[in-house]
Amino acid sequence: MINAVGRDIPEKVLKDLNMKPFAGTYARNGEEYTKAAPKVRAWMDPKESKMVESIADVVKKCNIKDGMTISFHHHFREGDYIVNMVMEEIHKLGVKDLTICASSLGKAHNPIVPMIEDGTITNIQSSGVRGQIGEAISTGKLKGYAIMRSHGGRVRAIESGDVHIDVAFIGAPTCDCYGNMRAVGGKSDCGVLSYAYVDAQYADKVVAITDTLVPYPNIPASISQVNVDYVVVVDEIGNPAKIATGAAKPTTDVRKIMMAEYCTQFVINTPYFKDGFSYQTGVGGASIASTISLGKIMKERGIKMGLGLGGIAGPMCELLEQGLIEKIVDTQDFDLKAIESISTNPNHIEITGSEYANPMNKGAYVNQLDFVILASLEVDTHFNCNVVVDSNGMVTGAQGGHPDTAAGAKCTIVIAPLLQGRTPAICTDVTTVTTPGETVDVVITDYGVAVNPARPDLLECAKAAKLPLKTIEELRDMAYAITGEPEPIKFGDRVVGVIEARDGTIIDVVRQIKDYEWD
Amino acid sequence: MINNPNLNRLRRSMMFLNAQKPGLIKDPYIYKPDSIMLDLEDAVAENQKDAARYSLYHALKEIDYHGVERVVRINGLETAHWKEDIRVCVAGHCDSIRISKCESAADVIAVEEEMKKAEEEFGVPHGEILIMAALESTKGVLNALEICQASPLLFGIALSGGDYTKDLQTTISGTGVEFAWARGQMINAARCAGKQCFDTVFTNLDDMEGFRRETEMIKMMGFDGKSIVNPRQIAVCHEVFTPTEKQIIQAEKIVKEVDEKKAMGIGVFTVDGKMIDIAFYPGAKRTIELAKAAGVYEGDL
Amino acid sequence: MDVIKSSVAGTLESSDAQVTVEPGSGALELNIESSVINQFGRQIRATVMETLDRLDVKNAKVTIVDKGALSCTLKARVEGAVFRASGYTEDDICAGKKLPWGGAIR
Repeated sequence: MINAVGRDIPEKVLKDLNMKPFAGTYARNGEEYTKAAPKVRAWMDPKESKMVESIADVVKKCNIKDGMTISFHHHFREGDYIVNMVMEEIHKLGVKDLTICASSLGKAHNPIVPMIEDGTITNIQSSGVRGQIGEAISTGKLKGYAIMRSHGGRVRAIESGDVHIDVAFIGAPTCDCYGNMRAVGGKSDCGVLSYAYVDAQYADKVVAITDTLVPYPNIPASISQVNVDYVVVVDEIGNPAKIATGAAKPTTDVRKIMMAEYCTQFVINTPYFKDGFSYQTGVGGASIASTISLGKIMKERGIKMGLGLGGIAGPMCELLEQGLIEKIVDTQDFDLKAIESISTNPNHIEITGSEYANPMNKGAYVNQLDFVILASLEVDTHFNCNVVVDSNGMVTGAQGGHPDTAAGAKCTIVIAPLLQGRTPAICTDVTTVTTPGETVDVVITDYGVAVNPARPDLLECAKAAKLPLKTIEELRDMAYAITGEPEPIKFGDRVVGVIEARDGTIIDVVRQIKDYEWD
Repeated sequence: MINNPNLNRLRRSMMFLNAQKPGLIKDPYIYKPDSIMLDLEDAVAENQKDAARYSLYHALKEIDYHGVERVVRINGLETAHWKEDIRVCVAGHCDSIRISKCESAADVIAVEEEMKKAEEEFGVPHGEILIMAALESTKGVLNALEICQASPLLFGIALSGGDYTKDLQTTISGTGVEFAWARGQMINAARCAGKQCFDTVFTNLDDMEGFRRETEMIKMMGFDGKSIVNPRQIAVCHEVFTPTEKQIIQAEKIVKEVDEKKAMGIGVFTVDGKMIDIAFYPGAKRTIELAKAAGVYEGDL
Repeated sequence: MDVIKSSVAGTLESSDAQVTVEPGSGALELNIESSVINQFGRQIRATVMETLDRLDVKNAKVTIVDKGALSCTLKARVEGAVFRASGYTEDDICAGKKLPWGGAIR
């Protein structure tokens, strides 16, 4: 069936997953539904302890069985030890057909690939995957489907009952004996536990894993004791060096600085750039550079940001310290500066993944965004973006908050260099649609800037900013003139994954890759 | 006389690029330098001289540099490489050839002779490809005037500071004192011969303030532009060479007055109470060109 | 051109290609590996074959390891390797052996 972004979603997939094709970004607006609820085991006896000796013991206590759904968060990013430690113990039990429902998976989790191959893990639900798990999915090793969800979409799926988590394993930088978890204060600070909050609320069993047991009560807690069944102490929950990096030096790459400058010039020429505006940006070189250059202009003009949202890195915290931002509202910390800021600055506040981006609660923060600055592997002539599958068809990235913020913001700006080697970033059709073009307003490249024709108001702003304006087709043509027109990738027939739109419909599918055939 | 519009084109920024590096030569025009200098000389390892030429040839033939001048720096006349370098430059039809380590008028003439042979071989009309000379030795700098006057194809001379300071038996100090005489001598010779003059590179990429100061100084001395080693330097360089609004208005008045009075046969006159004659004309014209290049000129000249 | 020895041109850097040319065993044998094979495999092969054809290489083993090179770079690397393998080293060129710019090199 052809969905609202023109992608053909096979009937079999819709039936297998009991899902509907994407019908438009706001198609489910106003819909009423009843939230799911977890099964709770009452802890009435005050003499009962939640402490469990080891992960091996806790996986037995949780009674993990074939076909269950296990969840994890990704706040430790590429420094995470939790997923591998837990899966190793579950693997020893010999259970099969597990579904991993993670807020994201990365290269740190390459060791679970053999468990995909031997059928321990048969389904993966994640914001995306990198490294060998992505290869395993793309080459058809995963027996079931990989479901890729945005951060907001994952919360929606859990809260609405599309997925039910049997056991959530939550790594916590600090925890007390009764399960109060905080993201700061231990050996492996990660700043916030935003994406794990929904797991704690909706999983039947919740296991806290920490390497820093602290005296009771560990408050204010990111995740409260009332949702936690067991507490396990291990030597290390992660590698601090990979959880949070030192402050990245601002880029010296002129290409990125140039795109950042276009971005800033555009932003300040829109009517949304006024005192109290709200803003989110990523951690790529161009995004960071645009935050820095925007900060200078805010200072010059005495304009303050009311809300800085999202994954946070040092440069935003510096603006907060300089009094140029009123509040930073945070779901993920990318560097030590951000972690230090959230632990010390009262105007830097942790929120839950639902508050951040869930499209079907009673109103998420993303809906209040004026600007979001995003990156993309590919953007097509319909302004659709692809941030999950590379141009060879391999699963290699994550939606993260991309579709959520794009849908919410008044002005969605995507920065992408026109070419990555020989691969054009601006193309006729993206390999896989992960963010619908109707939510993307401006595309900034090193060769010029294109405004979505659906936004003539923003086109006027771009003209006022004296940007090198091009149509999206012109940008594509410039790219193809340099690289040659790429051949469409030939995939195998089997659908190995689906890209879930934030409202739970299927926006695109991911097919198994196959070896290149010359003729 | 040759009639090549490139002779007096603006060359505020001339950026070196290793002709052997595909990633560098594929789209440097997005940074909007006035000229790129595709390097066959120092940047290319001795065992890659041949490979660099194939790469250069196809770049010249197939990459659209969007109007950015394509200068090729060939290997010095003391090497065995330069004659084939000239053949590939002419066959690929670059815009200009930069002679490394030029020391005399004879060097320029030798290059021009090889160019003529190649032009005949590849059917390129004489005069379409220009020459510039890099002065990298005390002898070259001393001979600046004769080099400037050696060929009508030669549009200008450039100081190459690294080798020059070695020849002087000193080092680059950052104060500019070691270049003071060479810069003065070269700009004087260039202007005397009606040619352009370009300053040496500034290699400390982290010292943007130092780069700005040096560019401001050489602009004040009369230089037309600067050799650039990284795109980071282009914006600052162009900013320095952008005339002020006051300068633009003044230049516009001079150009208009001169055009008008010349038609009436008057040689000397006043603009805003200042005595003006024809000698102000080239400078004023250049100010207007600089303003146009910087996108700040909105007049009708 | 006759390939008389093994030669390499180019690098494995992004946007470049490394081309190896070896004496053949009676025919032209071509192997292509590329980071953009799915999108540009046929174009890469066409560019390489046209270049080899212009250079009149009929008996050689040619191996391309492409890292997203544009076609101008692919041509340059194939030419670089073939000329080096066929008696046009830089020493030969400096000694006066002239390259066919605009002829076989196009």
